[in-house]
Amino acid sequence: MRNILVASVLLIASATSVFAASSEADFKAAYAAAEAANREAGSLRNQWTVTAAALNAAKKAAETGDFDKAVAASNEAEALAKASIFQVKSEKTLWKDLEIR
Amino acid sequence: MKLRSAIYPLASAALTAALLVFGTVPPTVAADTVDPVADAKAFKKFFTDKFPKLKLEDFVNGPYSMNEDLYRQWEEKEQFPPYEFSLEMGKEMFAKPFQNGKSYADCFPNKGIGIRQNYPYFDEKEGKVVTLELALNRCREANGEPPFSYVKDEMAALTAYMAFTSRGKPFDIKIPNDPRALEAYQSGKEYFYTRRGQLNFSCATCHVQSPGERIRAEVLAPALGILNAMPIYRSEWSGMGTTSRRFTTCNSQIRGVPLSPQDDEYRNVEYYLSYVSNGLPISGPGARP
Amino acid sequence: MASSIRVRATSSGDTTEVQALIQHPMDSGFVKDSKGEIVPPHFIQELTFEYDGKNVFVADWGGGISKDPYVKFSFKGGKKGDDLKISWVDNKGATDTTTAKIQ
Repeated sequence: MRNILVASVLLIASATSVFAASSEADFKAAYAAAEAANREAGSLRNQWTVTAAALNAAKKAAETGDFDKAVAASNEAEALAKASIFQVKSEKTLWKDLEIR
Repeated sequence: MKLRSAIYPLASAALTAALLVFGTVPPTVAADTVDPVADAKAFKKFFTDKFPKLKLEDFVNGPYSMNEDLYRQWEEKEQFPPYEFSLEMGKEMFAKPFQNGKSYADCFPNKGIGIRQNYPYFDEKEGKVVTLELALNRCREANGEPPFSYVKDEMAALTAYMAFTSRGKPFDIKIPNDPRALEAYQSGKEYFYTRRGQLNFSCATCHVQSPGERIRAEVLAPALGILNAMPIYRSEWSGMGTTSRRFTTCNSQIRGVPLSPQDDEYRNVEYYLSYVSNGLPISGPGARP
Repeated sequence: MASSIRVRATSSGDTTEVQALIQHPMDSGFVKDSKGEIVPPHFIQELTFEYDGKNVFVADWGGGISKDPYVKFSFKGGKKGDDLKISWVDNKGATDTTTAKIQ
């Protein structure tokens, strides 16, 4: 019973830390990472429109002071940008699978 | 958050698939075995096998050759086609001289009449593909005129007129014996089959894998002969659009940020698609749903 | 300036088939431009085809009709060489009219 109590206290403690509010600094870091990834996708000439949309949403949320939302949107933008980078790199060889021979 | 967690399994699945492909594919062929002649033959065979009832020239009618009901409606509309206004405007514009007294006729072989089927061509001096749209704007700029937007209006009207003067003439795209030309051709081919955008579609996904089938309410056209009807009056656009318009809007439709019209990738894919449709007649300007 | 109306009328037997293509923006008034502002409504409200002093086809249109409308219909009567008069009026009060010979 004591073990369960300790475990649940630890669980609640870690769960609460997830809900700790994000700061402007958190947003700036997340946004910068997302922008950097999207820039790399741009240099590979394979950006997605949804990445830009997520970046915009992040910026808009930050402007209203909702940094939780801004960080979440920035993280999503970074994930999308990274996926677009993965796409262009893997397609360098995968395109041949579709080729009519 | 949902999207992020969805991407990771997708990404790892794709990685696994890539590893499987690497395991089974023979060693990569060297670049100098690019064989456009064989490609074009295989391309045509693929589509004629898929649609045995169609004659080769029917492929230039895109979705209309894929669906009887659409074909009947299109035949009726062709008696009074929606591109008529643009075509007339193009004819007038083509004849009108620039401020400096010269005209479009001075920039093109045969005064610009009946030459559309030769575009795009590989410019050996520049080392790049030159499309008709690019040539028209270069002609304007060389004569002190501002360039037109590549996607619609005046550019569409001019290319509509030039296409009209070539109606019935077969595509006659040349690839000179120049490694840069072969590279441009190969890049265009690679672009055509490469998946892009969040929706992960390539041009081939729709136009090679699914011609005649539907994407939402639209019937898909086969890739063979797909540029022969350009420029087109598209009901979806309620107006004219050029090849540039189609390439850029398709990119955004699959959620990829489009490149700029007449960027290298677009010029090269136009080169590839036109070459593999050699022999099929120019039918432009065209109308599409 | 060229007419906004293209028309072709062909008579066969006791029927005449008419096709017309009219150049007009047909803005519904519900579409926004790139700045986010409404493109004001600008569309044909009445389209009339007249033969032998009588209206053989009248259309009352609204913003739901697409740009550059195409019309096709047939009417009983009509002889080769006779005139067919087409005219339209739009919501801004502009008009255009043209006469075609039945072929």
